[in-house]
Amino acid sequence: MTDLATLEQTILADIAAAGDEAALEAVRVAALGKKGSISALLATLGKMSPDERKTQGAAINVAKDKVTQALSARRDILKSAALDARLASETIDVTLQLREAPAEAGRIHPLSQVFEEVNTIFADMGFAIAEGPDIETDDYNFTKLNFPEGHPAREMHDTFFFNPGEDGSRMLLRTHTSPVQVRTMLSQKPPIRVVCPGRTYRIDSDATHTPQFHQVEGLVIDKGSHLGHLKWILHEFCKAFFEVDHINMRFRPSFFPFTEPSLEVDIQCRRDKGEIRFGEGEDWLEILGCGMVHPNVLRACDIDPDVYQGFAWGMGIDRIAMLKYGIADLRQLFENDVRWLSHYGFKPLDVPTLAGGLST
Amino acid sequence: MKFTLSWLKEHLDTDEPLDKLADKLTMIGLEVENIEDKAKALAPFSIARVISAEQHPNADRLRVCMVDTGNGAAPVQVVCGAPNARAGLVSVFSAPGTFIPGKNITLGVGTIRGVESRGMLCSAAELEISEDHDGIMELPADAPIGKGYAEWAGLGDPVLEINLTPNRQDCTGVHGIARDLSAADMGKLIDPGIKPVKGEFPCPVKVTVEDATLCPGFALRLVRGVKNGPSPEWLQKRLTSIGLRPINALVDITNFMTYDRARPLHVFDARKVNGNLTVRRAKDGESLLALDGRTYTLDPSICVISDEHGVESLAGIMGGETSGCDENTTDVLIESALWNEINIAQTGRKLGINSDARYRFERGVDPAFMVPGLELATKLVMEFCGGTPSDTVVVGKSFGDDRIIDFPLSEVKRLAGIEVPLVEMRRILAHLGFMVAGSGPVVKVAVPSWRSDVHGKADIVEEVVRIVGVDKVPMTPFERGDDARKPVLTTIQLRNRRAKRALAARGMVEAVTWSFISKPHAELFGGGQAELALANPIASDLSDMRPSLLPGLVAAAQANANRGYQDVALFEVGQIFRGDKPENQFVAASGVRHGFASSKGMGRHWSGSAISDALDAKADAFAVLAAAGAPMQALQIVQGGASWLHPGRSGTIQIGPQNVLGYFGELHPRTLEALGADGPLMAFEVILDRIPDAKKKATRAKPVLELSAFQPVSRDFAFIVDRGVKAGDIVRSAQGVDKKLITDVSVFDVYEGKGIDPNKKSIAIAVTIQPREKTLTDQEIDAVAAKIVAEVTKKTGGTLRA
Repeated sequence: MTDLATLEQTILADIAAAGDEAALEAVRVAALGKKGSISALLATLGKMSPDERKTQGAAINVAKDKVTQALSARRDILKSAALDARLASETIDVTLQLREAPAEAGRIHPLSQVFEEVNTIFADMGFAIAEGPDIETDDYNFTKLNFPEGHPAREMHDTFFFNPGEDGSRMLLRTHTSPVQVRTMLSQKPPIRVVCPGRTYRIDSDATHTPQFHQVEGLVIDKGSHLGHLKWILHEFCKAFFEVDHINMRFRPSFFPFTEPSLEVDIQCRRDKGEIRFGEGEDWLEILGCGMVHPNVLRACDIDPDVYQGFAWGMGIDRIAMLKYGIADLRQLFENDVRWLSHYGFKPLDVPTLAGGLST
Repeated sequence: MKFTLSWLKEHLDTDEPLDKLADKLTMIGLEVENIEDKAKALAPFSIARVISAEQHPNADRLRVCMVDTGNGAAPVQVVCGAPNARAGLVSVFSAPGTFIPGKNITLGVGTIRGVESRGMLCSAAELEISEDHDGIMELPADAPIGKGYAEWAGLGDPVLEINLTPNRQDCTGVHGIARDLSAADMGKLIDPGIKPVKGEFPCPVKVTVEDATLCPGFALRLVRGVKNGPSPEWLQKRLTSIGLRPINALVDITNFMTYDRARPLHVFDARKVNGNLTVRRAKDGESLLALDGRTYTLDPSICVISDEHGVESLAGIMGGETSGCDENTTDVLIESALWNEINIAQTGRKLGINSDARYRFERGVDPAFMVPGLELATKLVMEFCGGTPSDTVVVGKSFGDDRIIDFPLSEVKRLAGIEVPLVEMRRILAHLGFMVAGSGPVVKVAVPSWRSDVHGKADIVEEVVRIVGVDKVPMTPFERGDDARKPVLTTIQLRNRRAKRALAARGMVEAVTWSFISKPHAELFGGGQAELALANPIASDLSDMRPSLLPGLVAAAQANANRGYQDVALFEVGQIFRGDKPENQFVAASGVRHGFASSKGMGRHWSGSAISDALDAKADAFAVLAAAGAPMQALQIVQGGASWLHPGRSGTIQIGPQNVLGYFGELHPRTLEALGADGPLMAFEVILDRIPDAKKKATRAKPVLELSAFQPVSRDFAFIVDRGVKAGDIVRSAQGVDKKLITDVSVFDVYEGKGIDPNKKSIAIAVTIQPREKTLTDQEIDAVAAKIVAEVTKKTGGTLRA
């Protein structure tokens, strides 16, 4: 074996034996560095004859290439091993619990959600949304709505009153959202299409009544809207709101001072272990009152009942929220128990839309 | 309004089954609330005879009976515990499988103390027909064995209860209900008319009506020589079936007329009445012992009937005890009158009397029936009690107005959207007692006296449509038109909605609290004004309209803490009241945080646990303001907040001192004490109405984005300043050095403590300098930095930290 071959064997063995990148670098310097063994051999070429230089030069360069490749290959292996060793020391405990995202923990109250659902449906039908104050005058809450002074119909509304003012008149808490109808008719000209959601009050407190509750009122005034349209709107609303393909509704004649004819509306349902299914079953659940706006109400709002006509309805938001979402007890809506709110409430990103579904 | 099926059939000739009649009633506006059908519930109970009753071998108090259940069946063995079970007794039997209403169980075959029992002998209580549970029922010996008990006992008459709307006074009597049903094709109204009973002598009692507005009509007659005793069995049964107690014939007649004809009457024992009668206002200090056994103190708002000694009756509401009829009555005065509806309602409310008479008079009885009602009552009195009638005294002028409505037939189609043929309209109206004249297009419709609720065209439309059936009105699609689809929410509605979602997205839970709170709590938050106090609150802690959402939220947080949930973050967006006018009602957004419910992360957690603090409340308030579209750059934060907040740990958010948008901070310990809540509690309040409206933009396009080609440079500075110096002042000073170049200044460290003078603190800021036209040289950057140091030290008295 020549000296060159021996040297090459030695260097390759040293490369293979290098345990880390520093040791490998030392081998490289010893072989290929300025004073390295292979560099030294290359330096001897200048003193050789041209023929000898040709053969020896080629042989040394071959050995140098081999060493260079071996160095590179060994470096890759060592680098990879070092990375593996580092990563092996960097393990974390992936079973540690996450912190609940705020948007997962926060809740929208079912009443707020249902108000949005209702507004979304009626907005799509071309209704604007109107609001009025909770503290009303007797005139707007009763008289202009054709509740004559002293009429027993006033007693159907157990009214919260404030103390009389200096002029003897007393304000009250609105017993229904209907005064917003009056405010709307007095402030804008027909055609009118509005829904009026809001809080209402009656002196009542038991399992099915709370002293405050919520309604949404609807009002249409123009030159041709009649009971047939009213029935259609309410039918479309109920299908959309309860998110069912069909629903059976029963319209019954009834009495409200501010509508004539007046109707009450029931929906058919089946109750089964606390669950309610619509469009089937034997039960009729009353969900709203409605009718053609009484001519006296139109007159009280400076609208000629022989030229204009229209209809109105009012429904309990609390009630339809309970029906849709299976809430058993009305009073829980105002108890603000965080366990209840977490269960029946909605996540902040669950925004009701018609395109995406009201509650999906 | 309650009545039985057989009672209805006295007025309606019909073969329709009960279910159909009930459905029809509901569908024409007389909503059937309940049908009590004892015959149906008691169908399985039959009449049986006890053949033998032997002592039970293993129980002293039980007997083993053999029972003949009739129909040729073999005797049945029944173990019975009733003391009256004995051979020969006829009683009521139920076989296994029968539901026993009084016990709410379904009977099975049982073995009682080793002896098999194949049925039960029943007490009246078990059938829920009385409260008698002392023993099994004892029927007459000739009762038919094997027959249904209910049918034999005459319980086969279902009771209907109608939820009557206040406009239909005519249906407070069975006759009116029958009339409606006849119009709806459910049978023929039985109306033989009422023949006057001729008086045989002048009525000796004179009547004076002092105020005709309180009493538009009054009719009276005397029947002499009556014998008052129990009324006939059929009448007693009628009254009992709807829950009234039979008293005596004269009183029962008035109750019958009330329910049968919607005509309340009153009967006085003529021998207990002194002299003539006067209808007048009561005098202060007068009182009356009424028929309900209570004494009522009267005043001039109340209309009474008095004789020469004093008040004898609360007009139209309830009679007096002293002049009432009993079994010794021989001369009876029958009164049939008309009363002012409003006065009756007010008096009834004031005295707290809910009588059948008040119920009808406050709805307005048929004025034209005042005298015929008296005639019918006279006839019944003579029929049941004999006697000789006087002439009738009538005070008042006309009874009932002539209401004639010009009715365009097209109104039905216009308002109800349904075509009804003229013949059909005529038929319906005629059955309801309306008279129709003319053949169109505009007819004249005369309204019957008993329909005081019908005044105009729309009322006639209702009559036609309710009888035709609202279900027949075809649904008609409602076109939304070709108007542009515009947003429908108002600014405040939009702010309300966004505020809720923003707060919920911060991990807070939405509460809905009462609009009314206690006066002390209202006062704590600047409320409690006289104009916002309810005159008739439902409870003393729900007496005043809330000036803030916070008392309700704090109470809710405390209630949750009491349940074991201390770390809560609650918010509410809702109405608050600062006065009783519409412009003084605002929409506020408020929230509270307690314990580990921090905006930095909820609850205790391995990655770090934060207790909520005043700046969490600031962050909540800012989230609301940003979501609601407030001009964030224009907001000023002023140290200190409302009186209900901790003075040192609170702030006010404003746009100039005139427009305070809200407050945030830690609740004042005194507030917590007054609200009975455990602290510390962080709270904020933002009034959404106070946010200035954004300018309307002409286009939806966003402004052109300017991106700099040059890298921004960041420089850090730490200043030692007095503890009282506000970080906001340092930031503002640095920013003011060059508003164009300096695009951001942020505080990244605040330090107090070791290595620093105890009266000082260190605040470190990072300043971002954004070159606009060219890369800045080191000298240029150093120049800006020097200016920042100079400006901050000048404005705050601080020094650059070495």
